[in-house]
Amino acid sequence: MKISRLVVQEIAHRFVNFVLAVIGVSIAVACLVASVTMIDAGEIQSQKLVAEGKTESERLVAKREKEVKDAGKQLNDEMRKITKGLGFNIVVLAEDEDIAAFHAEGTPTRTMPQEYVDRLAKSPIVVINHLLPIVTKKVEWAEEKQTIVLTGTRGEVPQAHRDPKKPLLDLVPKGKVVLGYRLHHPRKLKPGSKLTINGRELEVVKCHPERGSVDDVTAWVNLEEAQQMLDMENLVNAILALECNCATVDRIAEIRGEIAKVLPGTQILERGRKALARAEARNKAKKTAEASLKAARTSGEQMIASRQANADQMIASRKAQANVLVPLAVVGSFAWIVLLAVGNARQRRGEIGILRAIGMGSRDVLVLFLGKALLVGLAGGAIGYIVGYLVGTGYSGPIDQSLFDLNWLLTALLMAPALSAAATWLPALVAAGQDPAVVLQEQ
Amino acid sequence: MLISLDHITKTYTGDAGPIVAVDDVSVSVEAGEFVAVVGPSGCGKTTLLLVAGGLLRPENGEVSIDGTDPYSLSGEQRARFRAEQIGFVFQQFHLVPYLNILDNVMAPALVTGETSARERAGILVERFGLADRLGHRPGQLSTGERQRVALARALLNEPRVILADEPTGNLDGDNSEQVLQALKTFADEGGAVLLVTHDPDAVAFAGRQVVLQGGQLASSES
Ligand SMILES: Nc1ncnc2c1ncn2[C@@H]1O[C@H](COP(=O)(O)OP(=O)(O)OP(=O)(O)O)[C@@H](O)[C@H]1O
Ligand SMILES: [Mg+2]
Repeated sequence: MKISRLVVQEIAHRFVNFVLAVIGVSIAVACLVASVTMIDAGEIQSQKLVAEGKTESERLVAKREKEVKDAGKQLNDEMRKITKGLGFNIVVLAEDEDIAAFHAEGTPTRTMPQEYVDRLAKSPIVVINHLLPIVTKKVEWAEEKQTIVLTGTRGEVPQAHRDPKKPLLDLVPKGKVVLGYRLHHPRKLKPGSKLTINGRELEVVKCHPERGSVDDVTAWVNLEEAQQMLDMENLVNAILALECNCATVDRIAEIRGEIAKVLPGTQILERGRKALARAEARNKAKKTAEASLKAARTSGEQMIASRQANADQMIASRKAQANVLVPLAVVGSFAWIVLLAVGNARQRRGEIGILRAIGMGSRDVLVLFLGKALLVGLAGGAIGYIVGYLVGTGYSGPIDQSLFDLNWLLTALLMAPALSAAATWLPALVAAGQDPAVVLQEQ
Repeated sequence: MLISLDHITKTYTGDAGPIVAVDDVSVSVEAGEFVAVVGPSGCGKTTLLLVAGGLLRPENGEVSIDGTDPYSLSGEQRARFRAEQIGFVFQQFHLVPYLNILDNVMAPALVTGETSARERAGILVERFGLADRLGHRPGQLSTGERQRVALARALLNEPRVILADEPTGNLDGDNSEQVLQALKTFADEGGAVLLVTHDPDAVAFAGRQVVLQGGQLASSES
């Protein structure tokens, strides 16, 4: 017969004592396992929550980014529309042009060499672009008895240092004419129609919609043709240009300075402030979009941070709870096992006395008690793990991921017997140290 | 000489002052001898038996069981020595309540770990008429049966010596006789029996009786 048989037989005989001890250990282990399971669950939940927050915020940021992009595109479109509609906002005029007369007349009256425009184009100037040399003059349309503005343009002159841009105003080929609204509309002219202006036969290539400006009474023809018609060969009245950065209209002085370096003596005028203001509004809209993008980013970050903080707080509170509950349960369980072991040892005085008398060593008596304690611990560890796991997962809410942790199971199966054995140690030592003579004499 | 107690003195130090339970007593039992220790209650019989059994160290005198002084051994060695050399029988039987009859008889083999223990246990329970009770627990047995189980347990490791403290104290005539007969058989087969008793019938089984009085040897007669 082996001592293990004695252990098992004694457990079977005093099963209630065993069950009570197992319950004690189970409670401690269940508290531990439930706590760590809930903490693990909290961590998984918070990670999920934070990840969801990130996706949400990224979606919002992407939406805002698109809005910014759209606003930028709209601004560009608007600029294109404005500049197309209103022409160019920088006008370079000849040295001797009387600005007052120019305003009164609506068209320039003095000229400068056509070569000026090439000079400007070849210069490294960056504050303006879309150079357009024109000759323009208010003339009497003899055939129709109407005062019109005849403008000759040869199309844009590409600037040497810039990539070619989409021209704002297309070249008018020779023999063709582009008509403003008040010229084509009353006469029901269409692209392809023929007409004669002061003896020169021209074909309509394009009819502008109404612009509500002098453009409505302007006929655009090829520069060379206009120079011939106006008797201004190799001369231009003005060079139109577009300021590069519409948002900073204050740069007019700088533009003047720059152009003066290339074409000293020329006069620079700025037109279309109102249009620029509209552009500025667009620009503002873009800025607003940018600001709301930034706000979206910040609020996203804040949401993630607050979710993280909430999760951290929840985990911290669970940890704090565990820090109280688990030691309490372990100490309580320890005390409970000690109590039961003391009772068990007392109950077994006679048995231990006779076993010692017939030759069992005190070490064997220790084994007898600790063997039982280990079995109590193993059973308590296993049951406690299962209960703790169920309680822990039950209280953590649904989690689509297993919280089973082999390490904690092993910990439970090692810790529980260790706890049980430690609690039984002292009563077992006392029992083993009992003098069998005293026990036997008591009877 | 299987049991030799030489000038044994054992004093208990109680709260009410020291009590000399055994005072300079010498008893020896040879192989094949059955000796009864008698005397009034409190005269020190049980004390002397425990001293002889290596369970209670006397402050004076020599103990020798088959030539070995058990008190010269370490605690664990002495326990093993008891398991191998001495069989104990008590008035209260002292069976292990949760073991069945067979396991109780085999309890001394816990220490020696002998594989032949089971076979011998089988023979002993057969001999004591307990063969049909092997699976029962002590609580399910009559007192006489219980004492026979205790006797079988004492004999399991084939000791040289049996120390019995009023083994018939709780038994009726028939059961007493069965037990005493078994002890006598053990002595006849070459063992030594030291029997503490009040029972005149028991004394009749013994070859010699030792009378204690107030812890001292009053007489020793055959
Ligand atoms: N552990 C003890 N502490 C103090 N005194 C004790 C102790 N055990 C026994 N005694 C005393 O020692 C004396 C001898 O006791 P012992 O048990 O040996 O007597 P006994 O002859 O066996 O008596 P009984 O016939 O009643 O069993 C008694 O006076 C008893 O009171
Ligand atoms: Mg006694």
